[in-house]
Amino acid sequence: MPLWDHGLESTFSKVLAGHPAYEVTGGEVLYRGENLFDMEPEVRSRAGIFLAFQYPLEIPGVSNVDFLRVAYNSKRKHEGLEELDAFDFDDLVQQKLEVVKMKPEFLSRSVNEGFSGGEKKRNEILQMAMLEPKLAILDETDSGLDIDALRIVAGGVNELSQPDNATLLITHYQRLLDYIVPDFVHVMEGGRILTTGG
Amino acid sequence: MSLQVSTISDLGIVSTASERRSACLKALLEMRSPSLAVPPWLQAHRDLAATKAQTLSIPSSRDEDWRFTDLSALVSAQFLSNTSAPFSIDLSEIKSFLIPEATHRLVFINGLYCSGLSEVADLPRGLFVGNLSAALQIESVAAALQNHWARQPEREDVFTLLNTASFNDTAVVYVEKNQEIAAPVQLLFLSLDGAGAIAAHPRGLIVAEKNSSVAVIEEYASLGFENNLCNAVTEVWLHDNAQMNHTRVQRESHAAFHMGKTVVSQARSSRYTCNVLSIGAKLSRHNLEIYQTGEQTETHLNGLTMIAGEQVGDLHSAIALTAPHGTTRQLHKCIVDDRAHAIFNGKVFVPQAAQMTDAGQLNRNLLLSPKARVDTKPQLEIVADNVRCTHGATVSQLADDEVFYLQSRGIDAESAQKLLVYAFAFEIISQIPIASLQETLAQWARRSPLEQNT
Repeated sequence: MPLWDHGLESTFSKVLAGHPAYEVTGGEVLYRGENLFDMEPEVRSRAGIFLAFQYPLEIPGVSNVDFLRVAYNSKRKHEGLEELDAFDFDDLVQQKLEVVKMKPEFLSRSVNEGFSGGEKKRNEILQMAMLEPKLAILDETDSGLDIDALRIVAGGVNELSQPDNATLLITHYQRLLDYIVPDFVHVMEGGRILTTGG
Repeated sequence: MSLQVSTISDLGIVSTASERRSACLKALLEMRSPSLAVPPWLQAHRDLAATKAQTLSIPSSRDEDWRFTDLSALVSAQFLSNTSAPFSIDLSEIKSFLIPEATHRLVFINGLYCSGLSEVADLPRGLFVGNLSAALQIESVAAALQNHWARQPEREDVFTLLNTASFNDTAVVYVEKNQEIAAPVQLLFLSLDGAGAIAAHPRGLIVAEKNSSVAVIEEYASLGFENNLCNAVTEVWLHDNAQMNHTRVQRESHAAFHMGKTVVSQARSSRYTCNVLSIGAKLSRHNLEIYQTGEQTETHLNGLTMIAGEQVGDLHSAIALTAPHGTTRQLHKCIVDDRAHAIFNGKVFVPQAAQMTDAGQLNRNLLLSPKARVDTKPQLEIVADNVRCTHGATVSQLADDEVFYLQSRGIDAESAQKLLVYAFAFEIISQIPIASLQETLAQWARRSPLEQNT
């Protein structure tokens, strides 16, 4: 566990998404009426939980577009919808690229391989744009970003924010909050919420 | 008392097993055609090899070089001579093996040349591609044959001797000096069974003269579910400043025995790249031997052993440097599933004369099941004192973090694992410079949800 995680909020976000390193010994988290802890991580994702990683993984040999298509179609299947074919999928992904101002060349590159820190974070937001989660958890998405990348990421998050979805931002810094105005703020320390305000 | 009894019975078993090992080799040697329509010098190689092999036997796991690779299944198998099984194979039956980029190819079935399936018309200037009898008809190529055939070091290894004693033909690629050959050449060695399992001894000889360059794809595959023995030897010679990109794919049936040898001599300033993929056969052993004989020589070896079920896949590589300023880079990966067993032994010899050597070796292994096994042994022998030599070996399972990342995007655990395995394999597959072959192997390695959509 990273040392800076004094508040255990990264732990909390990983537990919500179902990281195998954490065992839940008690309690439950109700998400739209169901206990999250009864679901496999992929089922949580398909049901609308999205965790943007602080350190996104590199997957050499798997192109971004293939990865997005498999992820996207897993969700479609879960919702009882038909999988999108390559052409329709391509149209959709081109639109979503706009959200994070990424060039189409990004799609043919291997997932996160050789991406800069900023590109990786933008790629996370692209995945989020594709999967349209109900609850997105952005874990330190602002860390390691230069100001331009920060603006793009923040712009993407704002654009994806809808009345019927929620975004949980985890941050230690003010600067992200210059671009994203939260509805509520929770201050966490040692795994407990100290104070809440809106 | 009981100790004595068990010692006696052990001795009994040892002597029977050792008898069976030498009987197996004798039986294989007896299948050889005693004479071929070849020049006396070549017949002399055959006869000498047969004489030497008579005194040997199939190795046991007591031989250090065969410690992890048990040949007892080979010893107890029965084989028929490759000439005992006449065949008639149509081009349409081997379509899936053909590589469109390769404008010229040689096809051998059970080590026998198939002129109707090969493509040797309209060879570019400076390139010869053909079988032994065609090669012997051209003076310059015949001379090169005599100077290079069975002239490599380590030719006294038992399986190499067996091949030299028993070969029927040779796939010959000869590149004249100063010639850069644009299109790759394909050497396709297919296995087909007859009334029973067949023993075949395919042979290849590739010679790149000074300042020439060529790419060769050498592939071993089965037409059906053959349990044949393929005992292959390919000799490669790179003269001064020659370049060669060599892709060797072994994807024989999961019932087959594959004993392979690739031996390469590299003269000054030559550059050799070899991509070795071993995914087939029930039991496969590949000896990959590189001799850098001149200064400033470069060797790049990329390898992938990807096996499952009960397969055994063994790569023994040896790189011997003899002159200063040599460079070698080796990355060998093994992906082992089920109860399969991979073996990697990578030797690098850096003698006193090989100062300023830059040698790097890495072996990475991915075990996918609790019963999967890998034995890895990087073996660097360094005498020279002004060199840079690195080596490493890793053995791991798929990381939970990696699987979780994909799961968190809605991909189920099984598909996530397949995707990560594919990504691990792709690092090697992507080195193959021929797009169609790269795609074929990538698809094979993928076996994942990606396929459903493409």
